[in-house]
Amino acid sequence: MAKVVIDGVEYEVNPDNNLLQEALSKGLDLPYFCWHPCMGSVGACRQCAVKQYRDSEDTKGSIVMACMTPATDGTMISIDDEQAKDMRERVIESLMISHPHDCPVCEEGGECHLQDMTLMSGHNYRRYDKKKVTHRNQYLGPFINHEMNRCITCYRCVRFYDDYAGGTDLAAQASHHHTYFGRYEEGVLESEFSGNLVEVCPTGVFTDKAFSEHYSRKWDLQTAPSICAGCGTGCNITPGERYGTLRRVVNRYNAEVNGYFICDRGRFGFDYVNSAERIRSPEDIDITQELEKFRDGDAIGIGSPRASMESNFALREFVGESNFYSGLSDIDNEAIQLSLSLGQDSSFRSPSIKEIEAADAVIIIGEDVTNTSPRLALALRQSVRNHATELAKQAQIPAWQDAAVRELAQHERSPLILLTPYATRLDDVASDILVAPPSELVEAAGVIASAISENAPKTDGKRDSATQIADVLLNAKRPLVVAGASAGKIEYIQTAANIARALSEKRNETVDLCLTTPEVNSLGMAMLTNKENSLGIALNQIIQGDARNVIVLENDLYRRAPHSEVAKALEKAESLMVIDQLPTKTTEQASLLLPATAFSEHEATYVNYEGRAQVSFQVHQNKIGALPAWRWLSENPKESISSLSERLQQSSEAFKGIAELRPEISGTVSGMQVPRQSHRYSGRTAMRANVNVHEPKQPVDSESVLSFSMEGIPAAKDATILGAPWSPSWNSNQSITKFQEEVSGDLKQGNTGKALLNRDKSGSYLEIKADTSSSNEGLELALAHQIFGSGELSAKSAAIQKRMVDPYIGLSKEDADSLGLKQGDSVSLDGNGNIAAVVIRNKIKAGTAALYCGENEIDYHALGSSVVLTKAENTFNRGIENLIVSDLYEEGY
Amino acid sequence: MIKLIADTLLTQVRTLWLVFIKLFKKKDTVEYPDKQPYMFPRWRGRIILSRDPDGEERCVACNLCAVACPVDCIALQKGEMEDGRWYPEFFRINFSRCIMCGFCEEACPTNAIQLTPDFEMAEYKRQDMVWEKEDLLINGTGKYHDYNFYRVAGKQIKGKDKGEALNESAPIDVRSLMP
Repeated sequence: MAKVVIDGVEYEVNPDNNLLQEALSKGLDLPYFCWHPCMGSVGACRQCAVKQYRDSEDTKGSIVMACMTPATDGTMISIDDEQAKDMRERVIESLMISHPHDCPVCEEGGECHLQDMTLMSGHNYRRYDKKKVTHRNQYLGPFINHEMNRCITCYRCVRFYDDYAGGTDLAAQASHHHTYFGRYEEGVLESEFSGNLVEVCPTGVFTDKAFSEHYSRKWDLQTAPSICAGCGTGCNITPGERYGTLRRVVNRYNAEVNGYFICDRGRFGFDYVNSAERIRSPEDIDITQELEKFRDGDAIGIGSPRASMESNFALREFVGESNFYSGLSDIDNEAIQLSLSLGQDSSFRSPSIKEIEAADAVIIIGEDVTNTSPRLALALRQSVRNHATELAKQAQIPAWQDAAVRELAQHERSPLILLTPYATRLDDVASDILVAPPSELVEAAGVIASAISENAPKTDGKRDSATQIADVLLNAKRPLVVAGASAGKIEYIQTAANIARALSEKRNETVDLCLTTPEVNSLGMAMLTNKENSLGIALNQIIQGDARNVIVLENDLYRRAPHSEVAKALEKAESLMVIDQLPTKTTEQASLLLPATAFSEHEATYVNYEGRAQVSFQVHQNKIGALPAWRWLSENPKESISSLSERLQQSSEAFKGIAELRPEISGTVSGMQVPRQSHRYSGRTAMRANVNVHEPKQPVDSESVLSFSMEGIPAAKDATILGAPWSPSWNSNQSITKFQEEVSGDLKQGNTGKALLNRDKSGSYLEIKADTSSSNEGLELALAHQIFGSGELSAKSAAIQKRMVDPYIGLSKEDADSLGLKQGDSVSLDGNGNIAAVVIRNKIKAGTAALYCGENEIDYHALGSSVVLTKAENTFNRGIENLIVSDLYEEGY
Repeated sequence: MIKLIADTLLTQVRTLWLVFIKLFKKKDTVEYPDKQPYMFPRWRGRIILSRDPDGEERCVACNLCAVACPVDCIALQKGEMEDGRWYPEFFRINFSRCIMCGFCEEACPTNAIQLTPDFEMAEYKRQDMVWEKEDLLINGTGKYHDYNFYRVAGKQIKGKDKGEALNESAPIDVRSLMP
């Protein structure tokens, strides 16, 4: 700890930080643009000028940039100094010289960092009477709007997009007042994190295109803290609702999970909530009576990895534990159950995103993280920078000196070893890539495990680099092993666990083992299910007539098992109740179809990949009669979510603490609720006046600590939870610093979730069964995913659909040639009606076929581990033009 | 006693007299509604939405009037024309709540929303006091004749390219090496 004096007041600060960061941590207002907590300082904008004094004798002082000055012990600065204030005002005046008169027609207006800083600096009149510089805009795809005139050249966009997220297609062009931030030509921004530009840009150059189509100002959005349902990462988000429809999703800060960024699937994949196709409440039937049919005791329930803990638990209570079956495909179920047991193993640790960023040697086995858990890929990308930070430390350069650290490190990175069946978006930062068919990858991973520890299961084969990789992992400060269930191959997880165990054994400590989960509550549902109760057994029981009544909870079984088998089972079932949000092939066969609320319409608990239980609060009310699935299933109409989660907590030791995640109303100031609406929510007496001029009473939320109104204790004042951050003179999302204990620290509100998995079991090495099923005929299948399309619900969103592609099969040039296939041809898989487009990729080994199943158009579970391709008639729906892979084969290259 | 009676009588007679001579004075009462009073142009009465000098809708749906409104009686939704202009898909004022404070007019960056000297807004049914855009939008510029927001704003719309707004230079050619 160091002591610095700011305007005569002494503060205890961390000397590793810079003065700007520390001033903001202490709650002081100091304007800035180019600095960002995740991207450090470059001193580009000159906005955070303060006056520094040598000692208490020094009365003259000198102007320095707070973001470029370390907070060393004894530093004396003044923010309020007249000269410093004058300088800040002049700087912003020059930044604003060419800023257009656009605020009324700018999506950023009202949550604009530039507006805030202009006001804070005191500039209010454009004295410069020359002409403004203008720029042409570019088309940047269906997600982002470009309005280059508004740029103040802070360089934050390229520093995020290129330096932080590894994008290659956005760059600063030209120089001086011609500086332009855009692509080399118009086109879709390729990065999976492009949506963060909206939040990173301090002004309105990059704005949310999907949001603009049904735009609403920030103060008009009804918000609540929520959890993204796009994948198993459990990123914290803030959805906003206006006039009954969900308008946008923005990042919600959580120090341990997603920090400041989310991926584009999370940001743009919410629109299905507003879909006109949403299932509606059945009319002219007595639902209670219909439900009675299923209460006879022998109904079976099939759970869902995309439904909440509460809904799955309610179904388990409804049908009884022995009749509650997993809603995952058999292979996924096995994989997730294995992940779960590894999650309880005392040799391992499930790293949070913050911990992943701290890893200094990573090995990824088989998982295409960018497309299955995108936010984790962004964290993995940061982990390779730890070497740079280490070098900087040796050279005595503070870590926040971003440009200096990058200059010093150049291309020196921490090791990241990739074992993958096809090229991934992390290849550019990988130190060692092995591209091979899945079976070979498993073998290679086995060799690495044996190279680390002689106790690991012996594997045939030898690899030259294995000992080298073993050394890298053994000598790292914090190694990390990554695998996941999405790849559809349990052997990946098994070998990953073996490598981690070997490391743990040799290093004599717990090792980070990150096992991704494909859906928002995959792990939670697995915790509720008996290991043996797989979907295959359930379907078998139905087909054999042992189970007559079936309840399917928020699940499309056709995505989970061979289509023919599911069709047979569902036809055989006497009565089939399906509770879901959107129509699927499964709902078509339902005898009783009940509408379920979407993620933003109910309060729910989800368990993410690391076993962290987090509560997602209700944002808005559902107007089409949908109820949370647990409410349809509960016998007591007065059942509350808190009593349900109380029962869930008592049902098993594993769920200890899950009910305490919800803040209680008695804990808030004077027992007041926290408003979902901002204090300047507009139009309350007019928005419904066309229906009836007599305003209805605001809906009452008796279940949560939040209220559906503007009244209550706002987040700025000791609220227990934080939806949308706002603080006086900080209208943009940068106001988050006012809610953090320190910059990039925990929220004052807490609320980071609760780790459910107790690591008290000891485990042993896993035996990997030799793959006997694979025939030599055909190509070995490797499952591929797409960030836009693989998520079942996000794929129903309009913006996401604009980026989706048809099912494809990725082939090497050799295989394509030998089969006589060209880029974009259609092929039939195993000749049974599954048609996929051919994508020839450079970085794929002959003998491998990377299969992307699209929106379940491919009957994947009916395919074996290898596939025979035959040319088929071209049938295109979306085509493959939108496909973004780094290694697409192009004729003539 | 006599004085009291005299005083009482006399004052009554005086009152009668004064009333009588008023019969021959000019009347103060205005024969409203047959006779309309003079209203000052800046009187804060019925709210209208105006058009710019080119006849296009002035409102760009920025929501500032709605947020300035102390009784929250303005609700609107932003839409975007094919030519790039923002406009309100709907614009509703609940006049039964409006207090004619004029904050909306002050907040309006495009001079679209204006208060007019029309005060005759009584209705028999409260529901009839809810006015939609069709009721509010007039075919003129209202009090401010010259202002056209899009001639000043940098946003490109059809008919006004980049660099053609007030005080703007032609767009930069990024590929050019000229200073």
